[in-house]
Amino acid sequence: MKVLLIRFLIGGIVVSVFAVMGDLFKPKSFAGLFGAAPSVALATLGLTVASDGKYYASLEANSMMAGALAFFAYASCVSWVLMRRRFKALWVTTSVLPVWAVTAFGLWYVWLK
Amino acid sequence: MGGHSVWTVVRLAKVEVMRIEIDPSALGKTRWYEFAVRFLFGGLITVIAGIIARKFGPVVGGLFLAFPAIFPSSATLIEKHERQRKERAGLHGARRGRKAAGVDAAGAAIGSIGLLLFALLAKLLFVGHSPWLTLASSTAGWLVASLLLWQIRKRI
Repeated sequence: MKVLLIRFLIGGIVVSVFAVMGDLFKPKSFAGLFGAAPSVALATLGLTVASDGKYYASLEANSMMAGALAFFAYASCVSWVLMRRRFKALWVTTSVLPVWAVTAFGLWYVWLK
Repeated sequence: MGGHSVWTVVRLAKVEVMRIEIDPSALGKTRWYEFAVRFLFGGLITVIAGIIARKFGPVVGGLFLAFPAIFPSSATLIEKHERQRKERAGLHGARRGRKAAGVDAAGAAIGSIGLLLFALLAKLLFVGHSPWLTLASSTAGWLVASLLLWQIRKRI
């Protein structure tokens, strides 16, 4: 329970720092880079090395490449829909999340499994 | 002729750096609960990524290190702030809000290619190097790749 709490606090802080950096910068396309900052990875991998070692963290980083490609597919779809359709950002960003899941698990199936 | 060629090369090599500005007033527009929501989502996805890795192993758990955890809340905030800014100026802000969120998502797509480089560097450097050096180098790789790609994209 204590480990989960530490994980929660570190994750919350790191993600918030990158989110605030995204708020500060202009233009918005540049600020958007921080939407894909390695915030969760930074919070997680440091803790993973401490608990499970470097090799375990390296395996996680290998899979993260598939997750990053899935993020690219997801963010591209979100941008395309928001630029061309009259849907609210919250609706688009949440309803397009399956694109991330399908891409990530599809890559896991063909590449990492 | 020679002088003309040299001038052409100089013109081709001239790099026009896109202007990046810091706007501290943007922080004042964000409410405390909006900061709290992002903290909550960030903390939750970090915990969930850890639980998934523990239950299904590092290969599946690693996928979630690149999960767009706070992207929906950030894009929603951008849409809301842009809409409010336009409405204060007496304009209809819904369309501009959507466009601003769309531009932010395009930036995130570029940043995700940097995220791919972060993961590759972390994978290669973890075995054989200090964890902190690995994380610092990988983060620098993400930042440099994202900046370069953003500059290239802006000029196309």
